[in-house]
Amino acid sequence: MEIIKTEDLRLYYGDFLALKGINISINDKEITALIGPSGCGKSTFLKILNRMNDLVDSVKITGDVYYNGKNIYDKKVDVCQLRREVGMVFQKPNPFEMSIYDNVAYGPRTCGIKNRLKLDEIVEQSLKKAALFDEVKDSLRKSAMALSGGQQQRLCIARALAIQPKVLLMDEPTSALDPISTSKIEELTLQLKKDYTIIIVTHNMQQALRISDKTAFFLLGDLIEYSDTERMFTKPQDKRTEDYITGRFG
Amino acid sequence: MKKNKIVENIAYIVFLIFGMLTIACVLLITVYLIVSGIPAIKEIGLINFLFGKKWASTAQEPSFGILPFILTSVYGTAAATVLAVPVGLLSSIYISRYANKKVRSVIESFINMLASIPSVVVGLIGMVVLVPTVAKVFRLSDGATLASAIVVLTIMILPNVIKVSVTSLDAVKKEYEDGSIALGATKEETIIKVTIPKAKSGIASAIVLAIGRAIGEAMAVVMVSGNVANMPTLFDSVRFLTTAISSEMSYASVGSLQRNALFSIALVLYVFIMLINAFLNIFLKKGQEN
Repeated sequence: MEIIKTEDLRLYYGDFLALKGINISINDKEITALIGPSGCGKSTFLKILNRMNDLVDSVKITGDVYYNGKNIYDKKVDVCQLRREVGMVFQKPNPFEMSIYDNVAYGPRTCGIKNRLKLDEIVEQSLKKAALFDEVKDSLRKSAMALSGGQQQRLCIARALAIQPKVLLMDEPTSALDPISTSKIEELTLQLKKDYTIIIVTHNMQQALRISDKTAFFLLGDLIEYSDTERMFTKPQDKRTEDYITGRFG
Repeated sequence: MKKNKIVENIAYIVFLIFGMLTIACVLLITVYLIVSGIPAIKEIGLINFLFGKKWASTAQEPSFGILPFILTSVYGTAAATVLAVPVGLLSSIYISRYANKKVRSVIESFINMLASIPSVVVGLIGMVVLVPTVAKVFRLSDGATLASAIVVLTIMILPNVIKVSVTSLDAVKKEYEDGSIALGATKEETIIKVTIPKAKSGIASAIVLAIGRAIGEAMAVVMVSGNVANMPTLFDSVRFLTTAISSEMSYASVGSLQRNALFSIALVLYVFIMLINAFLNIFLKKGQEN
C-alpha cells in the first residue's frame, strides 16, 4: 500500500536547485532508508514530507507530494494536522526542558487533550512503545535533561508517538549516539514497523542494511536508485550506487 | 633565556596589579561605607533608623527614620519592574522571533539610543512633560509624585530588560523549536511553551539587572518625584534612598549626625544592591548549568 508519493518534486534554496525532480513512492508499514553523501538532499527531502521546510525563508518547492492521496502542499491543508500525522525525530535529541511526563504529554496537550487519566495512559503507552518505560517509570516527574543521550532520543520517539502519527520521519536519529544506544534505537525501529511507516535518513550503510525494507540513494539532488534494500546492496543497478555503497566515495 | 623570564614575570605582575584594581575599588568602597555608615546607626539605633517613619534631619528635635525612603525605593522599583517586564518581554519576543533583519536592526538601534540617553535628560523631559500631564489627568495640585517616578523608571529600565531578554531568546537553539513545530504546535505555542522556558534564566537575569538599575537611579527620579520625605503613596511627593542622599549631602556639615546618617542610608542602599547582585549570580549560575 502506497502512503507517500512525490511527482517531479523540486526544491530551491534561493536560486540553488537542491532537489532535481524526485519521483518516489513509499509503502505503508515499511522502513525506507534514505542514503547518500552529505549535501545530497536526503534530509531536505525528509523535511518536505512534514513541511518543516516551510520554516526556512528562501525555500521554494514545485511538483507534487501526496500523503494518503492528498497533496500536502495544497492551500487547504492544515499544516499542524499534517505534522501530527507525519511525526519527526531529529538528528540530535532535543527534549524540552520539562519533566519526562510533560515532554511526552506535550503533543497530546497541544491537540487539546486535558483529561489527566487519558494523558497518563498516553504517556505510559508511548513510553512503552519507545522501549523507555521500564527505565523511567519511577522518575516521570524528573527533568528530561537528566537522561542519557540514548534515553533522550527514545524519549523524543515516545514524544512523537504520543500524537499517534501514521508516519515517522527519522533524520539520522543515531548519529549522535553511542553503539549500544544505536542498536536499541534500531531494534525499536524494527518493532515500530508493525504500526508505523518509517522513513529514516542515515549515513550508516550497515544501519540501512540492518533495518530497512527499501533504500533510496540520493546524489547531488537526484534520486539515483530506489529498490529493495537487499537488492540494492547485492546488485546495485547504477555504477554510482555501487561506488557509494562499497565506500569509493562519500 | 633568563632575560625573557624576567620580562615575563614583570609583565605578569603589571597585569596582575591592573587586574586587582577593580577588586581594590570595591573593597575600598565597602570598607569606607561600613566605617562611615555604622556610627549614625549606632547613635540612632538600628530599629529606629530602619523603621522610623519620620525623617526630619534639620528640625529642632531631629528624627532620622528612613522607612519612607526604603519603602519608596522598594515600591518604585517594584512597580517599574512589573510594568517594564511584560512590555520588555513581548517586544524582545517580537525582535528575536518575528521581526525581519531590517526591522530588527532599526528597533535595536532605537533601543540602544533609549539606553544611552543620560538620566538627567530623561528626568528633565519627565519634569516638563510628564509631571504636568500627571497633574492634569489625576487632578493633582502637583504632578511630581511616586507615579511619575514609576513611569520614568519604567522607561529607563525597559532597554535593559529588552536587550538581555533578546540575547537569551536568541541563544535558544532552533532544534528545540523544531521539536515542538514537528509535533503540530503553532509558532506561538512553541514560543510560549518551549522558547521562553528555555530562556528563563536569561530573562530572570534581565529582570534582576533592571531592578538593580532602578533602585540605584537618582538623577531622573529626583526631578519628577517631588523629593519630600513622605511615606509613599502613589499620588504624593516622595523621596527615594538615592535622592535622600543627594539632596542633603550638599549642605550637611562635616561630622554632624545628619551627614553620618546620609552615609548610613548609602550603606542600606549598598546592601540592597549587593542582595540583588547575589540573586543575579544565582540566576546566571543556573543558566550555565543548563
